[in-house]
Amino acid sequence: MKLNRMVEEKLTNLYRQGKVVGGLYRSLGQEGCSVGSAYALERGDIFTPLIRNLGAIFVRGGRPRDVFAQYMARAAGPTHGRDLNVHFGWISEEGSMPSVISMLGDMVPVLTGAVIAERMKGRRTVALTWIGDGATSTGAFHEGFNFACVQKAPIVVIVENNKWAYSTPTHKQTANPRFVDRARAYGCFGEQVDGNDVRAVYEVTRRAIERARAGAGPTLIEADTMRMRGHAEHDDMKYVPPGMIEEWAARDPIDRYERWLVGSGHARPEELQAVTADLDASLQADLAAAEASPFPDPRSGLSGVYADRRVRPPVPPLVAEWKRRKGRV
Amino acid sequence: MAVLTYLEAIRLAMLEEMVRDERVFVLGEDVGTYGGAFRVTAGFLEKFGEKRVIDTPISETAIVGAAIGASLMGMRPIAEMQFIDFVSCAFDIIVNYAAKTRYRWGAGVPIVIRGPSGGGVHGGPFHSQNPEAYFMNVPGLKIVAPGTPTDAKGLMTAAIRDPDPVIYLEHKFLYRRLKEEVPEGDLVVPIGKARVARAGKDVSIVTYAAMLQVALEAAEAAARDGIDVEVVDLRTLLPLDEEAILASAAKTGKVIVLHEPTITGGPGGEIAALISERAFEYLDAPVVRVAPPDTPVPYSPPLEETFLPNAAKVGEAIRAIYDY
Repeated sequence: MKLNRMVEEKLTNLYRQGKVVGGLYRSLGQEGCSVGSAYALERGDIFTPLIRNLGAIFVRGGRPRDVFAQYMARAAGPTHGRDLNVHFGWISEEGSMPSVISMLGDMVPVLTGAVIAERMKGRRTVALTWIGDGATSTGAFHEGFNFACVQKAPIVVIVENNKWAYSTPTHKQTANPRFVDRARAYGCFGEQVDGNDVRAVYEVTRRAIERARAGAGPTLIEADTMRMRGHAEHDDMKYVPPGMIEEWAARDPIDRYERWLVGSGHARPEELQAVTADLDASLQADLAAAEASPFPDPRSGLSGVYADRRVRPPVPPLVAEWKRRKGRV
Repeated sequence: MAVLTYLEAIRLAMLEEMVRDERVFVLGEDVGTYGGAFRVTAGFLEKFGEKRVIDTPISETAIVGAAIGASLMGMRPIAEMQFIDFVSCAFDIIVNYAAKTRYRWGAGVPIVIRGPSGGGVHGGPFHSQNPEAYFMNVPGLKIVAPGTPTDAKGLMTAAIRDPDPVIYLEHKFLYRRLKEEVPEGDLVVPIGKARVARAGKDVSIVTYAAMLQVALEAAEAAARDGIDVEVVDLRTLLPLDEEAILASAAKTGKVIVLHEPTITGGPGGEIAALISERAFEYLDAPVVRVAPPDTPVPYSPPLEETFLPNAAKVGEAIRAIYDY
């Protein structure tokens, strides 16, 4: 959680310096939803983080320097400048991360297919993904999750009810903002959890993953949380009622976890400070490495659309051909 | 060699690939117990079982999305659209996920999206469409549209083995009307390669799918008037076989593009632009498009007959361009 937040704080600085050439989407206040749940995955499990699940990527082995380079559109980024923010992925035996896309809801059918395929191979792989309160309104979410439930596919979907879809509150999204009720409608397991309590998120996700792995089918988890920044950094959040941010700030997931660590004798405050200092030093190195990477070669964007053919560059070669041919026909 | 209908050729290609490669499976509406609305997958459930022949809810986005996810895990799914008209329900996940994944993060999406397309069977506005033009503007996709049983088999095998997403358009008018001897064994028709279906020197017709038969019929009629028509069967719409199109244009200097999608924004515009850019000096007449008018596909026979190109309409175009 701390790593998640510190990376985003550094990204915010880069954004203000104009080095993040696209938008910046924070997960401030929601780190517990991403991190607690991702720790419940096992080797080989599949997951797809959304824009506010950066912390899950780090839990599953993603590197901060890749994230910095990706946001800064550098050649060293995992998509070599082709896509932005957390829009990258990998396929591996350790546990694949199929990349998210901006069309929300699409990952539910995609991950359903991924675990159906794993089941065909005789494996007990489980998939985990997240969705915002807003994106539960998409057709893709419904189609995918309904199909997953029909198939009893081993998938867990966490509905992060962070109260806002850009500026739209949950009551304009649905007539029943108790998202866990949908589990009953789909015929799957449903759970509610305090999304700002990382230990509770871990526990509820672990149970859901165990059930899925045992063949009992999907679980829809509603995590109660709050988006503490705008949709992206340009958004001033004027639509959020007065007092709401302050109320939720008192429930900050990192503060709560640190209080628990200290109060229960698992860590001393100075140890936590040392961890933070270590993280900061290592992130400085990551940031320097990412900043040292050049932008991609302008012509590199023409390759990789297909496995077996290159895309033809536009007009100039054609003009040369005209000149060669003129008067010879 | 066995005599196969166009439909039997598609079916056999899928069947043979499923036997050859256990990663290949089918999913779609009514593909299992019922064997598909047109019976293309009849008997598959009995032969391969529920794991590899999956009946789905009426959810095209889930069908294609699940195919994409399975392909990322190393499978080779074939997703059926009951009628290709319903591919529009899965438009987002095809153009945004399937098509862009390799480019974005390097993972291949080897899926086949197949379904019956085209008119001539009184299917009306929602069971007769030809959606290829929507997808020709989407880098990352491949689109094939066979016009013969042999190509139907060879292109299906190629599509299943292809490392990238392929939209396979099977023309429902041809399903049981067209039959021919199809070579047995491993038959692969390469994606991206057109075929000269009839050689000629006066006028070229560039076409594909059901319009291939219309073009050949019109060419026979023109031959009786002393006009020697060449017919190029594209077979693949994305990527276009530019060499084959340009070679025929250079040979005859007079080109008709004949297709079943409506005229504005259809494949003909792209082909005409290609010829204009790269074979301008060879042309002896404007490139002519013969295609349906810009209306939905109507239901009633006199309306649909007026809508669809036929040999008489193509014949008029041949005469006009020949006399230019």
